[in-house]
Amino acid sequence: MPISYFLVLSALLFSIGVYGVLARQNAVLVLLSIELMLNSVNINLVAFAAQFGENGVGGQIFALFIIAVAAAEVGVGLAIVILIFRNRQSVDIDEMSLMKW
Amino acid sequence: MAEWWQEGAFWLFALIMVFSALRVVTTGNVIHAALYLVGTLLGAAAMFVLLFAEFLAWAQVLVYVGAIVVLMLFGLMLTRAPIGKGKFDNDQRWLAALCAAALFGVTSYILVDAFDGEEISFTRTVGITAEDVGDVIFSVYVLPFEVVSVLLLAALVGAVVIARRDR
Repeated sequence: MPISYFLVLSALLFSIGVYGVLARQNAVLVLLSIELMLNSVNINLVAFAAQFGENGVGGQIFALFIIAVAAAEVGVGLAIVILIFRNRQSVDIDEMSLMKW
Repeated sequence: MAEWWQEGAFWLFALIMVFSALRVVTTGNVIHAALYLVGTLLGAAAMFVLLFAEFLAWAQVLVYVGAIVVLMLFGLMLTRAPIGKGKFDNDQRWLAALCAAALFGVTSYILVDAFDGEEISFTRTVGITAEDVGDVIFSVYVLPFEVVSVLLLAALVGAVVIARRDR
């Protein structure tokens, strides 16, 4: 099985995530798109580990680290979104222009 | 090693993943977006199984599908996202689609150009068990592991402090 199958699949998922981040207005939906992007990177890492890794494990461990960091990111991100909702009664990203120059 | 069923399973799960990912970013129903994300995440777990990374596949199911998606659903409910149809896309969506398509074109061209014709041999990964993964985590990668645990603690405390009501 060619390794480029996995690489192109993860590139496609990453691009879909980029589209979601750029086009969505709801902050929670943007967080969902970021999860898509992190997930596509995991597929890339595991495919490269299977092909080139010294013992095939290194990429899997970095994918585990990415999963842990994604969990931390979602926790803090949702806390921020809930705080913004509490202060402004909206999670619309286009309305969060307070710090815009 | 590359049997026909491996390739068939790859295409099946790849189609499921791409379809659900597209629905995540285009659907007009926020709850459906979170539930379609489950399809993509389970597809990624299937990809890990195809690459003989079983431990990672189960970690993916437990952490992503079990924890992160539930957290997202809580976030959607706590921010009173309108259930049902709504407008969640901004006006730049065609520009965003163009940008994403350009990114996909460039990255996939580079990747295919660099790794064209290389077959995954699977001889390296076929015998890896959770025991091997644990051995390597606690010997070679023990410092990043500890850093990640401190990061998780900091994120836990930070989330509680940020979202606390009385201040």
